[in-house]
Amino acid sequence: MQLRPLAVCAIVFFTAGLAVSSFAGFREFIPGLLQGAAITIQITIGGSLLAVVMALIAAMAKMYGPLPLRWLAVAYIEVFRGTSALVQLFWLFFVLPHFGVNLDPMAVAITALGLNVGAYGAEVVRGAVNAVARGQWEASVALNMPRALALRRIILPQAFVAMIPPWGNLFIELLKATALVSLITISDLTFKAQQMNQTTFRTVEIFTIVLVVYLALSVLITVGMRTLETFAARGIARGR
Amino acid sequence: MFWDWNYVWEITPTLLRASVVTIQATLLGFLLAAVLGLVLAILRMSKTGWISVTAAGFVEFIRSTPVLIQIFFIFFVFPEFGIVLPAMAAGVIALGLHYGSYCSEVYRAGLENVPKGQWEASTALNLSPYITFRDIIIPQAIPPVVPALGNYLVALFKETPLLSAIAVLELMQTAKILGSQSFRYVEPITLVGGFFLVMSLVAAAFIRQLEAYLNRTLRNPGGAR
Repeated sequence: MQLRPLAVCAIVFFTAGLAVSSFAGFREFIPGLLQGAAITIQITIGGSLLAVVMALIAAMAKMYGPLPLRWLAVAYIEVFRGTSALVQLFWLFFVLPHFGVNLDPMAVAITALGLNVGAYGAEVVRGAVNAVARGQWEASVALNMPRALALRRIILPQAFVAMIPPWGNLFIELLKATALVSLITISDLTFKAQQMNQTTFRTVEIFTIVLVVYLALSVLITVGMRTLETFAARGIARGR
Repeated sequence: MFWDWNYVWEITPTLLRASVVTIQATLLGFLLAAVLGLVLAILRMSKTGWISVTAAGFVEFIRSTPVLIQIFFIFFVFPEFGIVLPAMAAGVIALGLHYGSYCSEVYRAGLENVPKGQWEASTALNLSPYITFRDIIIPQAIPPVVPALGNYLVALFKETPLLSAIAVLELMQTAKILGSQSFRYVEPITLVGGFFLVMSLVAAAFIRQLEAYLNRTLRNPGGAR
């Protein structure tokens, strides 16, 4: 992972080379691609928030819920991990209107990707909670804490630190999955790229820039999560 | 009327035929990924600085960008350089490249887990590096990572609907065409979802069995009970 910056440099130089070789043509499609990138970022942020919420709910239901809730959580996790993100996206986009539910494409995109990544996230949350030392639970019992309070005040804050790196990977997966929303008519980065490709035929430049933009966003997520990790680990790691 | 069984029976044969394409793409893509992954892992572990850095940069780059863009890149950009590929080939290559770079990390973990003493013993026995690698290191490095590779096989399988974006007639594309012909999307898309779910669950169960089997035999080399 520490080699990401290196890859970035290589690609940036590659693009710079292309830019210099055809600068005039470049300026016309940058604004359009940036508009697309803004949509991609919106979906990534919306989807990530939904994913975190769904993951927490599903993991808690699977671990501590009453039996019917537990089954529901298991079904949710297995169905969303077992089918393709694209199939889920199309299902929400084409099938829900038949049941009288009309969501706009943005809502479909955020819901589908959030639910998809949330299912993977639920397993991350479960793993992190299980990885908290058993002694922490026992100490909470000894201090006469109710289970819910112990979970909220003692276990989850410690699990949170362990969750950050895998969540970083999931957010990158989500960012990459947002490219799919171009197939349900949302004008994200990928959609704009295809549109411009059809009008300008500057295929090489357009798709290279798009790859670089996605790479830059991934690096941004990696850097952000690293910062969050150092920030969150303060004070907690000391206890071990 | 939400669900029409007659329509389901009508489209099932078409979807089954399309699922053959999906499975072909999965197997070919994974074959490429498995081979390419091993090559990338070996290059990344090379002692020559620029080789390992280039391989690492390539792997990180592929892993950080969407596979859909990679499919478009191979399908639309390669022809600019005179490499014209049919849609299916472009899709398989893109999936193979993408998952190859994931697999390379898995192989790397496996290779790094082989104790250094194995290399030293081979040197002591005067085996050439190639023979050492082929007959001593690989047989010890690969079996423990087979379940992890299996997980990527399932992940690749679930990505094949992306090939519909470049009009490969696989399951998703066929379901969409059926839907647009009859204006009934509920049945085809639900069936496709069900197909993926069943295949993934079966594959996951199979991988668990394989993992258990490998754990038993690896702890007990030579099969002695």
